Amino acid sequence: MVTRWLAPLDRKLLRDLLHLRGQIAAISVVVLCGVATVVAMRTAYRSLSLSQASYYAGYRFADVFAQVKRAPEPIARRVAAIPGVTAAQSRIVVEVTLDVPGLAEPATGRLVSIPDRRAPMLNDLHLRRGRWIEPGRRDEVLASEAFAAANRLEPGDAVDAVINGRWQRLRIVGVALSPEYIYEIRPASLFPDNRRFGVLWMSRDALEAAFDMKGAFNDLSLSLARGADQPDVIARVDRLLARYGGLGAYGRDDQLSNRFISDEIKQTRVSGTIIPAIFLGIAAFLLNIVLSRLVATQRDQIAVLKAFGYSNGVVGLHYLKLAFVGLLVGALGGLALGTWIGALLNRQYTQFYRFPVFAFELDATALGLAVLTTAFAAGIGALNAVRRAVALPPAEAMRPEGPGQFRPGIVEWVRADRWLALPARIIARNLERRPVKAGLSVLGIALAIATLVVGRFFLDAIRYIADVQFREVQRENVTVVFNQPRSAQVVHELAVLPGVLHAEPFRLAPARLRFAHRSRRVGLLGLPQDGQLRRMIDRSRRIVALPAEGLVLTRKLGEILGVRPGDTLAVEFLEGDRATRAVVVSGFVDEMVGISAYMSGRALHRLVREGGTVSGAFLMVDALAQDSLFGLLKRMPAVGGTVSRDATLASFEQTLQQSIGITMTILVGFAAAIAFAMVYNAARIALSERGRELASLRVLGFTRREVTTMLLGEQAVLTVAAIPMGLTLGYLIAVKLAGLYQWELFRVPLIISRFTYAYAVVTVAIAAILSGVGVRRRLNRLDLVQVLKTRE
Amino acid sequence: MEAVFRAHGLSKVYRMGEVTVPALRSVDLELYRGEFVVMLGPSGSGKSTLLNILGGLDHPTSGSVHFLDHDLATGGDKGLTRFRREHVGFVFQFYNLIPSLTARENVELVTEIAERPMTPEDALRLVGLGERLDHFPAQLSGGEQQRVAIARAVAKRPDVLLCDEPTGALDYETGKLVLEVLERVNREVGTTTAVITHNSAIAAMADRVIRLRSGTITEVRRNERRASPGELSW
Ligand SMILES: Nc1ncnc2c1ncn2[C@@H]1O[C@H](COP(=O)(O)OP(=O)(O)OP(=O)(O)O)[C@@H](O)[C@H]1O
Ligand SMILES: [Mg+2]
Repeated sequence: MVTRWLAPLDRKLLRDLLHLRGQIAAISVVVLCGVATVVAMRTAYRSLSLSQASYYAGYRFADVFAQVKRAPEPIARRVAAIPGVTAAQSRIVVEVTLDVPGLAEPATGRLVSIPDRRAPMLNDLHLRRGRWIEPGRRDEVLASEAFAAANRLEPGDAVDAVINGRWQRLRIVGVALSPEYIYEIRPASLFPDNRRFGVLWMSRDALEAAFDMKGAFNDLSLSLARGADQPDVIARVDRLLARYGGLGAYGRDDQLSNRFISDEIKQTRVSGTIIPAIFLGIAAFLLNIVLSRLVATQRDQIAVLKAFGYSNGVVGLHYLKLAFVGLLVGALGGLALGTWIGALLNRQYTQFYRFPVFAFELDATALGLAVLTTAFAAGIGALNAVRRAVALPPAEAMRPEGPGQFRPGIVEWVRADRWLALPARIIARNLERRPVKAGLSVLGIALAIATLVVGRFFLDAIRYIADVQFREVQRENVTVVFNQPRSAQVVHELAVLPGVLHAEPFRLAPARLRFAHRSRRVGLLGLPQDGQLRRMIDRSRRIVALPAEGLVLTRKLGEILGVRPGDTLAVEFLEGDRATRAVVVSGFVDEMVGISAYMSGRALHRLVREGGTVSGAFLMVDALAQDSLFGLLKRMPAVGGTVSRDATLASFEQTLQQSIGITMTILVGFAAAIAFAMVYNAARIALSERGRELASLRVLGFTRREVTTMLLGEQAVLTVAAIPMGLTLGYLIAVKLAGLYQWELFRVPLIISRFTYAYAVVTVAIAAILSGVGVRRRLNRLDLVQVLKTRE
Repeated sequence: MEAVFRAHGLSKVYRMGEVTVPALRSVDLELYRGEFVVMLGPSGSGKSTLLNILGGLDHPTSGSVHFLDHDLATGGDKGLTRFRREHVGFVFQFYNLIPSLTARENVELVTEIAERPMTPEDALRLVGLGERLDHFPAQLSGGEQQRVAIARAVAKRPDVLLCDEPTGALDYETGKLVLEVLERVNREVGTTTAVITHNSAIAAMADRVIRLRSGTITEVRRNERRASPGELSW
């Protein structure tokens, strides 16, 4: 026997562990969930930010970007000479309509020029498969990985593109990645639609020839020296490009892909801090009460050890070991599970964010912190109980715990003893006698309920966002974008196409909104004032009418810019004559997705001093006719791209459900596990605390049923009392989280469905019932004689 | 003879809410080195309370109590722990064995931290339990549990042995066996021994007999001659 080699106290430890395995396992589960949450979410955060940083550095992601209508090549050299600029790279970037095999609707391809021979460059490509284009082969392209994957395209496949008014076949020779398109989305959209939008890199010669760009460029990327004055560089670039139709240079902050990833990183940092903190805090609290109660049940044994001269230190250490076994198992399990979930989350990221290598880094500091926190909480809980036990003189602690000091209380006061059966009276008196203990039990179960509510709350919120955004805000089911501003007449042509039920024009003007020192690039959306398809809504889902003058901003955009209704913004238009106009902010809307600026189409036209040009149209299309309509749209020269709401919705759900959804589903699972562990432990401890009393009652002739009722009835009362408290706590935590989850991409509304509340209550109820069944089995097996002979 | 325990004006009052229970009232007492003392008295007279205070398990409400130069009335936890560890063996009224340890291990718990203990096996053989070494308390009868508790108390060869009704749960034969063990340890090792009992027949084997009633010592009697346990009968 191994135990022969152990000191008697360690043998006691081993046997106690075996005996208390259910409770120790429950403790492990709580620790495991807390640690796994920390590890998974911090790992996701670290991996994402590390992947971004190393990708940007390794592939020379540019610092400043500029688009221009058409600038002669020498201008690029003058830009390169600006102080602080270390390299400038000119390119030709154009968007064309694509016909992708197997896709009904037209797709949009962004053609980006690359040199014929591979050489180091800014925004360098990572060739995933296939080869670089061959010099002189003007129809060869590299396809972005996201686009290729979504459309199942491989080197050797081809897509057709409308280049300069003619269909031309492009042959894919390689699949590549670029730090510019880690998150590959179409401008002004929020979620990737990789089937219908993709980047294709092709020879600069080919693009020069096709788009009349010989010796010219329309896109510029710059890298800056460390410590360069970026605003100054941007101002100088703008001055140089102004004559050639510059659209305003911008830094990484406004670079689309970078902004989304940086937002996501910020978001994972918050999720990776707040949510694990909540879980860990709850786990720590629960550990603390569980262990202190567990140790308290051994107070007479502590006294014996003391009586024979064991010091407080040795006794304390003994119980710490007991606590730490559960802790260690939980921490190791949490590490393993957390790493696995972290890898799972990372795999999710790689679907939206394309990196050449996705770094995977465990956050050792967070892990250490998580383990320390739980160890601290467990240790304090255990030691507190030990301290209380040794504070009593051994003589006192050793005698079987005296009959409690029952006094006439509320039960007697309301004369409940008249109408309550004896078991019920015993339950009532027990709760009344130890209000603090009862309160802590209630709080513990309430916290378990609260975690369940919080976990599911995010899932509710995402569903709500999708519902509001795609049913009430965007009522069109197809959006057509013209390849350049067109006359309003084109919209009438669209309106009469078969299947189109209703069409409304919109004007989208790229602009920089500036207020004091803050600014943001947005697409300023001009809408008809009496429009039916695109609606603006306020917080309570009421429709907000578009004012005749003035801007309506998404509240989040207002916050970013620091404006309030009535303030006057500078609107710098980024195309045409690039005029700057002062416009009053007339109000906010509370959309939950993206940031937008709206104004009436008429007012926008007046501002940019143009006739009734439109950028595209929102269409309400008969679902059945959608496919044939897409065929027609593909062939219309004015159409630059189409977006279908179903596709956007699908992509929204994919993006949010898969990133947040997976995390939250896991958390809900953890919350359920914690709830189970807590309720089970509470019942088991109650059994060991009261086993002797219950056995005595059985000896006196009470039936099993009556005795079970007394024990489980008390647990049931505690559980029921915890429900309103838990739901309220969950709601309050959700309020706090909703306040934090206010991102540009989406904002989490405070929506908790009844299902979520019901789910939390039912889960805890099931946990309570299963624990009750387990405890009941133990009660039935209770050996009366043994229980009376020794104390557990 | 040298007094190892010296108690003066010892009082103990239990407070339970508004009710106070005086368990000891101003007790003066000395116990001498190597003597065998029996304490008698009706239930609730304060015997256990007095023994617990002598053993450093409880603090008196007032008065002084010393073991040699250890101050037991005001000694801190550290001092009392050392006192108990180095000098005292206990047998408790409610046995208080550790349920998760076997008989042998319950004894080992004490020999482990003692300076010159017997082996746990010897100690258990001494109380006639050499065959039940690996049984858990729940597998032993009440009397057997009591004997394990006695083995546990004598195994460390303590200077002082304090026994609260060591034979209360035992049959005639086993009771005698236990008393013989106590007597032998007292005689051979010179252990100062105090035994609480309700059985006045046992008083015959004591050097001195102390009687308590309602928290005061009503009588201290010295036996001319100590009877051996074998001579006792009840
Ligand atoms: N923890 C306590 N709280 C309150 N009163 C106590 C406590 N312990 C003992 N008493 C009271 O102190 C008095 C003396 O108790 P003690 O246990 O010393 O009696 P005893 O002489 O050992 O009795 P017995 O022979 O029944 O064991 C009794 O009246 C008892 O009720
Ligand atoms: Mg007593």
